[in-house]
Amino acid sequence: MTETGTVSETPWLDQDGQQPLVQIKGVTKKYGEVTAVDNVDLDIYQGELFCLLGGSGCGKSTLLRMLAGFEDLNGGSITIDGVDMQGVPAYDRPTNMMFQSYALFPHMSVEQNIAFGLQQDKMARSEISNRVHDILTLVELQDFKKRKPQQLSGGQRQRVALARALVKEPRLLLLDEPLAALDKKLRKQTQFELANIQEKVGVTFIVVTHDQEEAMTLSTRMAVMDAGKFKQIGTPTEIYEFPESRFVADFIGSANVFEGRVTEDGADHVRVKTNVAEVFIDHGQSVKVGSKIWVALRPEKIRITKTDEPASGPNQVSGVVDDIGYLGEMSIYKIELPNGQIVDITSPNSSRPMNRQHRITWGNKVNIAWEPSSVMLLTA
Amino acid sequence: MTDFSTHPSIPSQPEKKSLLRRIRRKLQDNWRLVIIAIPFAWLLLFFLTPFFIVAKISLAELAIASPPFTKMIEWADSGIVTIRLVFDNFTYILEDDLYRNTYMNSLKISVTSTFFCLLFGYPIAYAIVRSGPVAKPLLLFAIILPFWTSFLLRVYAWMGLLADQGTINNLLMSLGLIDEPIRMLYTEFAVYIGIVYTYMPFMILPLYANMEKLDGRLNEAAADLGSRPMNTFFRVTLPLTTPGVVAGCLLVFIPATGEYVIPDLLGGGNVQMIGRVLYNEFSRNSDWPVAAAVAIVLLFLLVLPIMVFQYFQGKASEGQ
Repeated sequence: MTETGTVSETPWLDQDGQQPLVQIKGVTKKYGEVTAVDNVDLDIYQGELFCLLGGSGCGKSTLLRMLAGFEDLNGGSITIDGVDMQGVPAYDRPTNMMFQSYALFPHMSVEQNIAFGLQQDKMARSEISNRVHDILTLVELQDFKKRKPQQLSGGQRQRVALARALVKEPRLLLLDEPLAALDKKLRKQTQFELANIQEKVGVTFIVVTHDQEEAMTLSTRMAVMDAGKFKQIGTPTEIYEFPESRFVADFIGSANVFEGRVTEDGADHVRVKTNVAEVFIDHGQSVKVGSKIWVALRPEKIRITKTDEPASGPNQVSGVVDDIGYLGEMSIYKIELPNGQIVDITSPNSSRPMNRQHRITWGNKVNIAWEPSSVMLLTA
Repeated sequence: MTDFSTHPSIPSQPEKKSLLRRIRRKLQDNWRLVIIAIPFAWLLLFFLTPFFIVAKISLAELAIASPPFTKMIEWADSGIVTIRLVFDNFTYILEDDLYRNTYMNSLKISVTSTFFCLLFGYPIAYAIVRSGPVAKPLLLFAIILPFWTSFLLRVYAWMGLLADQGTINNLLMSLGLIDEPIRMLYTEFAVYIGIVYTYMPFMILPLYANMEKLDGRLNEAAADLGSRPMNTFFRVTLPLTTPGVVAGCLLVFIPATGEYVIPDLLGGGNVQMIGRVLYNEFSRNSDWPVAAAVAIVLLFLLVLPIMVFQYFQGKASEGQ
């Protein structure tokens, strides 16, 4: 890819007249009565690693298959590299796909599998073998080129599938749950490998996944999907720290949600009355006084102190330790508030407990507190 | 399982019961052997024994006796045992042009029929695999349906269709397309029709079973990599359905070569196939030894190439 050097870190922001690589406009897909993808719009720019995240049946795979050309659209349009894909068959699209099941040809060796796509382009034999050699080096499978897929381990097959899709140097690489078939340890390791390879080759990736950690690690931007619609599109940080709805706040990570009403709406602060406390938010947000709103707090953004220790800040509530989960590197506390609601708090165990006794234990009365800047206000 | 006999407080069981238990224990320990022994015994009894009987008859001479051939082993009164192996039947068959040509004709007809079964059966099997959840069982049922009527009846039906005054000729004449009937019955064409029609399910079913296992994603993967449908068929689908093609072809080719009823009824006296020769030798000429030799030669003609083929297939698949 020639443009690799010039591509910015945030291509969706510095567009300066650059056309998006993929333009999805009003795309709809129906299976009988069921609407799998419901009138979605999305622009993806050259060099992005974009994740489509959602539960099973949310329409993310259908959208990917429409990009690849395996499914027809019931409405809307898909434009790749400025060309409308309407009526363009899969074999003529500038995309390649890595299948969840890998779909390697069982009767062909690793080498033959990878060369298959290049042979379709009527490429010279020497050029094919060079490219196959290079890509095998990239995925570190040089020693396995004569093997058949069934003689490889799961991780090796995954890399063959990636190599086969990448070797054609597509404008757009579509990856359907690329890591789902790997075991947990290998998956974590491969996540970084995949992102590194993407950076190295500079091809635009669209990855479908149901694993939020995978999406967070891999993506430059991601879209959270539910029931055929995008709930939110943004960078992993935006999605995690600034969710726009309870669905997104709860889908990515976990969140403690309190329902409340806006009591004060200043230029630089908001006050919300909830059934546990009045919550002070130190940033302005366009909300109406008196309107129903949800306050969400990430478990790791709540501090926990014993009642006899001083706590500071405007946002404090007292409660009783109901349960503790000790995970080693951190602990999960379940704190029961006076109104009976349970709040989840995670706290890193950054120092070793004295006398093998934890400072906070079951039944302790504690104060919990959080920064006014950490509060996420959700209107939906 | 509780073993009571080792328990001191319980008195030992009566002798009869412990014998049963010992047999049961033996069976449990050797169940693999027992399970393998059953098919072996079956094959030995019903396949290998008849084969040796036929082989024995083929090495005898025609005699006016019952059964009409000479004995292989004779005990003379003096106590001398004579074993007579006569190879005349084989030399007779292999040197006679009639038999040689008939063998060649049988092979020609069965190879051609197998080819046409594959030509029509492959797309049919593919279409069934690709058909919807409602159509699929119906189509499969339609393939198996002919087995529910007598084979003989179906061949007679073809006689009615193909005869000079049969359905097809009558229809074509009434439409004014032809002036006089086309001769179809009692020609090689009719034999081809009969064999291809009869053996088609034996081609379709193994192909269907093989294709059903194919991962549809492979076709998508090929298309995604830039392969047009035709190329995908020859590079992906066909190689992966080779086992089904081989199984289907063998299932058609082997019985078609020895076919008797179809050439007899649809071919009349005009089409010589080895099955008819065998029948004539056996029942009209009552020459059991020659009939047996014809059968043995046919067997080697069919079995040897297949064994060689399967040996190489096995070697090729070992590499995978």
